[in-house]
Amino acid sequence: MCGIAGILNFREQAADRQLVEDMIDAVRHRGPDARGIYRDRNVALGHARLSIIDLAGGQQPMQNADHSLCITFNGEIFNYVELRHELVQKGYRFATQSDTEVILHLYEEYGEDCVRFMNGQWALAIWNANQQQLFLSRDRLGIRPLFYTRTDDAFVFGSEIKSLLACPDVRREIDLDALDEIFTFWFALPPRTIFDGISALPPAHSMRVKDGEIDVWRYWALEFPTYASSDSQNVAREDEDEWAEQLLDLLTDATRIRLRSDVPVGAYLSGGLDSSVVTALAKQVSNTHLKTFSVAFEDREFDESSYQREVTRFLGTEHQEIRCTYDDLARIFPEVIKHTETPILRTAPAPLFMLSKLVHSNGYKVVLTGEGSDEMLGGYDIFKEAKIRRFLAAQPDSQIRPLLLKKLYPYLQNLQAQSGAYLKEFFRVSVDDTVSPFFSHLPRWGLTSKLKLFFSDAVKAELESRNGYKDLESRLPVDFSQWDRFCQAQYLEAMYLLPNYILSSQGDRVAMAHSVEVRLPFLDYRVAEFAARIPSRLKMKVLNEKYILKRCARALIPPSVARRPKQPYRAPDGKAFFAGQPFDYVEELLSADSIRRGGIFNPLAVQKLCEKFKTGRAIGIKDNMALVGILSTQLVLHHFVYNSVRTPLYAFN
Amino acid sequence: MPSIEQELRTFIIDNFLFGDKNGFANNDSFLEKGIIDSTGMLELVTFVQQRHGITIEDEELIPDNLDSVERLSTFIQRKLAIAA
Repeated sequence: MCGIAGILNFREQAADRQLVEDMIDAVRHRGPDARGIYRDRNVALGHARLSIIDLAGGQQPMQNADHSLCITFNGEIFNYVELRHELVQKGYRFATQSDTEVILHLYEEYGEDCVRFMNGQWALAIWNANQQQLFLSRDRLGIRPLFYTRTDDAFVFGSEIKSLLACPDVRREIDLDALDEIFTFWFALPPRTIFDGISALPPAHSMRVKDGEIDVWRYWALEFPTYASSDSQNVAREDEDEWAEQLLDLLTDATRIRLRSDVPVGAYLSGGLDSSVVTALAKQVSNTHLKTFSVAFEDREFDESSYQREVTRFLGTEHQEIRCTYDDLARIFPEVIKHTETPILRTAPAPLFMLSKLVHSNGYKVVLTGEGSDEMLGGYDIFKEAKIRRFLAAQPDSQIRPLLLKKLYPYLQNLQAQSGAYLKEFFRVSVDDTVSPFFSHLPRWGLTSKLKLFFSDAVKAELESRNGYKDLESRLPVDFSQWDRFCQAQYLEAMYLLPNYILSSQGDRVAMAHSVEVRLPFLDYRVAEFAARIPSRLKMKVLNEKYILKRCARALIPPSVARRPKQPYRAPDGKAFFAGQPFDYVEELLSADSIRRGGIFNPLAVQKLCEKFKTGRAIGIKDNMALVGILSTQLVLHHFVYNSVRTPLYAFN
Repeated sequence: MPSIEQELRTFIIDNFLFGDKNGFANNDSFLEKGIIDSTGMLELVTFVQQRHGITIEDEELIPDNLDSVERLSTFIQRKLAIAA
């Protein structure tokens, strides 16, 4: 796990070594153990290393025997042991025990198809001196980040945007289309990022830069069954057992290869099903001492520590927790946005930033997590809500059906208080909605789009004719409309929200902020491909989410955890910023002057929103998302647009 | 003293439209215009109950009573008349 960066000059001009050093220094948090730079005429590659496998031999950038190839690589190839064995049989010789060298030889053997053989999480760049071309690739599900841009005469890339911004030629301007998408979908549609001209390489994509031309292509896709093939017949109980058994086998193997490491591996525990299963499997496979880490919340509405303790007692792990208060959350938020490098609408990344700090201070560099299970195995409330909304649409005048929604969201107090008449109205489904490919996501995106009310008149005018839904629709697989409804919703979560928010702002970025690598057994591509084939009616049996996973988990985790109602991971949002002593930066960044300077939001609207928070009247999801979205956008401006990332931040404490 | 209708209008504009009163009419449906969501309902009901010292019963929580400034104003006046 590491940070990578590099430059390829299109003209014969020598690459600037100092510049690549600066780019790598900007992501030093990703790899504090060593820094390496490779330079060959017009190309320079940089690497900041977090040593995990082959501590002595794995330095990067790494060259092959005849120095025709050089790689800089962030990530892990978990099947490197098997790949290495195969390559040795083909006659390749290895100078190190590292997975990095395996990629080099794999590239020698298979060229740009090499990534198809890799099971892991990666962002990498290989300079091919003979061909004078640069090859870059990102893992299938988007666990590791990779950004790039081109200036007048160079191609520039890096693990984080701050590396790119270390180049004086790279512009630092907000992309309003991206802003519109973030205030609709919660993320910008890749390759777009919040910075105009800076692109993200999408998950499962590779690219080649040669002779000043950039080619990008997809090398893998997650395919779901069509409606006809998945909904054909009832599933017999023996079949359920069969699916559960196969899933357990795959998950066990996915966990086993994710324990490959020359440093100890710990685990995150949320107190829910997924991380408990991963921890139990890790314990079973390695049969050694295991250390676990979790976040507890001061606010009981969000706290799951009683379940966390139950799991640690049951599994016998050595456990550490960190308690997150409103004050902590507001205090660290500016630092969090320095790492997310994008506006966000929830504070959920902040506690995970604290958690990685806890892991780091315990001397750990690697943790397993349960992330990805909800997407792949059907756990999210949005899937359940879509099922209920279809059920409502079938009998729109039913007085009873809307009450199901109260069962769905026991933790949403504002919803619990609604009358049946109003619930019916809030969840009314139009005929247009029922045929939309985005049926499952229309409530979330519709609600989020309301936040655009806070945009300034100039931004509203600029974005007036934009339609983010159309853009997204044009990217869907050609046979998407024939897919099973449940799978459509899963696809949108797994292919969009997962890489572009969950794995980035809540994943890689806040973990790597403290040099911690996350490993995610549920996102082993074999697990993902298998899960996509499980019949939807078994993924969520009636309204019982992750049914097949629960079946395999029965013997692994405490019964109370297996049976507990799902609680989504959430953190206190807007109110954290107004709970105690006001923070100077909040006052300053939300002041009419700052809002006017940024030009993105309407100062009067922001003022009224702040008043609502200060008087304790802001209680809804929408107001909370608005506050977090506006504040984080202002922080993005402050950190990256107004200031060079290399200048110190003003005193936030 | 501002009328009930005027007060409701100000409350809606401040709390749900954040100052943007352009094109907002007193007979606009809160639901159709997307002005009020489930949280907004609670905010609105809390405001009305506190401001006017009335209790809105569960069965009164229907769009006929609450779904525009005009309807809500009529509803409040009716409640106040009964209470008086």
